[in-house]
Amino acid sequence: MYDLVVIGAGPAGMAAAEVVADHGGTVAVVDAGDQPGGQFHRHRPGEVHGRRLEALYAVAARVDMRYGHRVWTVERAGDRFAVRCVVGQREPASAVVSGRAVLLATGAHDRVVPFPGADLPGVMTAGGAQALLKGGGVVPSGRIVVAGTGVFLLPVAAGLAAAGGRVRGVYEANRPGRRLSSMAGEWGRIAEAGGYASRLVRHRVGFHRGQAVVAAHGRDRLTAVTVARLTANWRVVPGSRRRIECDVLAVGYGFTPQLELAEALGCRLEPGASGDPVVAVSATQRTSVPGVYAAGEVTGVGGASSAELEGRLAGHAVMGVRPPGRLLTGRAQARRFAYRLETAFPVRDGWRSWLTDDTVVCRCESVTWSGVRGAASAGAVDARTVKLLSRAGMGYCQGRVCGYAVNRLVGGDPMSVPVRRPIAQPLPLGLLAEEGEP
Amino acid sequence: MAEERYGIDLLVVGAGVVGAAVAHYAARAGLRVTVVEQAGVASGSTGAGEGNLLVSDKTPGPELDLALLSMRLWTELAQTVPGFEYEAKGGLVVTGDDTGLAALRRLAGAQRAAGVTVTEVADPTDCEPHIRTGLAGGVLYPQDAQLMPALAAARLLDHPFIRLHTGVTVTGPITSRRGRVVGVTTTEGHYSCGNVAICAGAASGRLAAAFGTRLPITPRRGVVLVTAPVPPMIRHKVYTADYVGDVAGDTAALASSPVVEGTPSGPVLIGATRESVGWDRAIPVTALRTLASGAVALFPALAAVPVIRAYAGFRPFSPDHLPVIGPDPELVGLWHATGHEGAGVGLAAATGSLLAQAVTGRTPSLDLTPFRPHRFQEAT
Ligand SMILES: Cc1cc2nc3c(=O)[nH]c(=O)nc-3n(C[C@H](O)[C@H](O)[C@H](O)COP(=O)(O)OP(=O)(O)OC[C@H]3O[C@@H](n4cnc5c(N)ncnc54)[C@H](O)[C@@H]3O)c2cc1C
Repeated sequence: MYDLVVIGAGPAGMAAAEVVADHGGTVAVVDAGDQPGGQFHRHRPGEVHGRRLEALYAVAARVDMRYGHRVWTVERAGDRFAVRCVVGQREPASAVVSGRAVLLATGAHDRVVPFPGADLPGVMTAGGAQALLKGGGVVPSGRIVVAGTGVFLLPVAAGLAAAGGRVRGVYEANRPGRRLSSMAGEWGRIAEAGGYASRLVRHRVGFHRGQAVVAAHGRDRLTAVTVARLTANWRVVPGSRRRIECDVLAVGYGFTPQLELAEALGCRLEPGASGDPVVAVSATQRTSVPGVYAAGEVTGVGGASSAELEGRLAGHAVMGVRPPGRLLTGRAQARRFAYRLETAFPVRDGWRSWLTDDTVVCRCESVTWSGVRGAASAGAVDARTVKLLSRAGMGYCQGRVCGYAVNRLVGGDPMSVPVRRPIAQPLPLGLLAEEGEP
Repeated sequence: MAEERYGIDLLVVGAGVVGAAVAHYAARAGLRVTVVEQAGVASGSTGAGEGNLLVSDKTPGPELDLALLSMRLWTELAQTVPGFEYEAKGGLVVTGDDTGLAALRRLAGAQRAAGVTVTEVADPTDCEPHIRTGLAGGVLYPQDAQLMPALAAARLLDHPFIRLHTGVTVTGPITSRRGRVVGVTTTEGHYSCGNVAICAGAASGRLAAAFGTRLPITPRRGVVLVTAPVPPMIRHKVYTADYVGDVAGDTAALASSPVVEGTPSGPVLIGATRESVGWDRAIPVTALRTLASGAVALFPALAAVPVIRAYAGFRPFSPDHLPVIGPDPELVGLWHATGHEGAGVGLAAATGSLLAQAVTGRTPSLDLTPFRPHRFQEAT
């Protein structure tokens, strides 16, 4: 049994692992992928360049890395936790990793806002585009448009442009002008943000504020998008629509924390800066469930450096060691900053006016906007009841992709999403039938 | 409230399948009905229900009579208000050994005498090609059927005489000096009405208490597993009934496995467990394992199929395993329709029809005495 089982080998998880190892504790780090670093430090296999990656691998060498482990649930059994995983693709097996504490550092996935044509091949999430680039060095061919909201669009666009992608422009739905420059001081201190803007300028990529891609076009794949100027609430300014030819659209509207495991464990959730649920944590990253810690995006705090701070704090708490004061002040500062970023790049409800009757909202089950509306008029009030009456969110992704949009479309309480998913990862029935006692 | 201008003959508390059926039949009888629901349609037990309409699992008696009536009514409703994925697919109950087979035959014989259609199958693989071999035998129940509970509730509520108010919680009665209910208080103000029917599912006990009535309805948890879509491989609703307990003593009984069945859209449904744990939503791995092993034991080919979802719901449990249907013992104008535990979807149509008959002063087509709400008071 480990002193700590970390779920998620991103910056938060690896930082916690390092601290626990430094203090003589035993750690296992469980991750579905096959390298340390998570989304942020995703890299091509074998390419370990730079101080940070080397540091990550140094930590990985000192702890038990359990790659290729997809956690489907975490169970509390007396004073310990059983982290239950599925391992392997073709012939999956089960594995249980036990610890006296767990750290949920499972990160977030793209928050998806639907629009007409979003289901065309050629349209991808900003997170997906970045993963392709970082993980495989893949730059989509053809003309690229980057759209959505949030600072994350900048590294995606800059990364694609620097790798030779033909980025036609970045369309930021918000107008972050003033508020962003007032943050410039803090911004500069956060190393990861540096240089993107200048790189965009260097590659002559235009940055358009208050504009969004409100429709994508093409017969069997993307050939053009409609870009429009937006009102403060994100409705289309009449007469401002224009068409831009492109082959690839990378679109991102921020991130949604992965809360399944926290929910399965019964951790208290609270509204984050955007109003959407995040795991509630103390100043030392304790959740409401004793022995369960959370750090990084699941707590609603974006960015690798704050995730790392949170991970370090969690590591200290697990080992019962007082954290250095600078960690606590750093965390407080990072949280303030994250809060301001999140509120500077909100998703406004006006996107709902971009949809047409046949706009696909749930791809797994091909449920359109008119289908969702039908469910609402039959008495559905949130993502869960819409699912029951229209099948939106009932498919393979279990509403992870469409849940946010469906809930907003019917005006559901943001805290009612996520819908509970006690099985966080699919696993074969035969394996489930043989799960042992914790 | 604006409603008062229209007048409400019957106010139904709860937009689950039972409340929807009560509203539907009352509206068909000409009553102006308002359904008040704290969340959304089918947000309670109904949203978790698998939609098995079963006669196979019922022993002769009042519940079976209710089920047989309900089967007929659901078939009719599938014609008059279609769109809830009704499918008369039949149920297959199998058993592993000869003791089990003898017990199953005895049960089937008694059911046949009570009006159930039963056909013995010597080799279950004849009706279910993927079922495990070596079973002792089984019984086919062609009347067992399937529907989508949430859609059924929504379709039943779609009637010109029914108004649906979501997001409104009923908190208690408004009574006249003569002890008649004349309205309800809610989180959104008062409603005046001629009658109130409490169809609040597992919350009915709590709500009845606010109306001054003791109704021992409590939540009983059920967990369901849902697999990824697979090509059609299971034709019926299939479960095992094995003889358990002390064969010599009174405790001997047929214990059922979870029901396994395919759905038109592909996923296989496996459910459900029965646990009395209050309103606890945290699903233990043991519950999931029980369901999975029950399903794999029946259909070995399912072992490789991924489970993509598990969920828990709460059945309205009644201590004597019979639903509560009829007038309140104290308050005139107050009615109850609840406590159907794991069969509320199946029994909803009959429940709605019978309660509407009672509310409109007609003689119910089935004797409601066994279901009378005051039986619990009598017992104490
Ligand atoms: C896992 C599982 C599987 C099942 N499978 C089957 C099956 O295969 N076949 C079958 O026949 N049955 C099945 N059942 C049982 C069936 O789902 C229930 O018996 C049935 O849905 C009960 O319906 P209801 O309308 O009485 O209750 P509910 O569906 O719970 O409806 C009650 C409604 O009342 C509302 N409400 C409560 N209090 C208030 C208030 N104060 N004010 C306003 N509104 C209020 C609630 O929000 C709720 O929507 C299953 C149940 C579970 C949990």
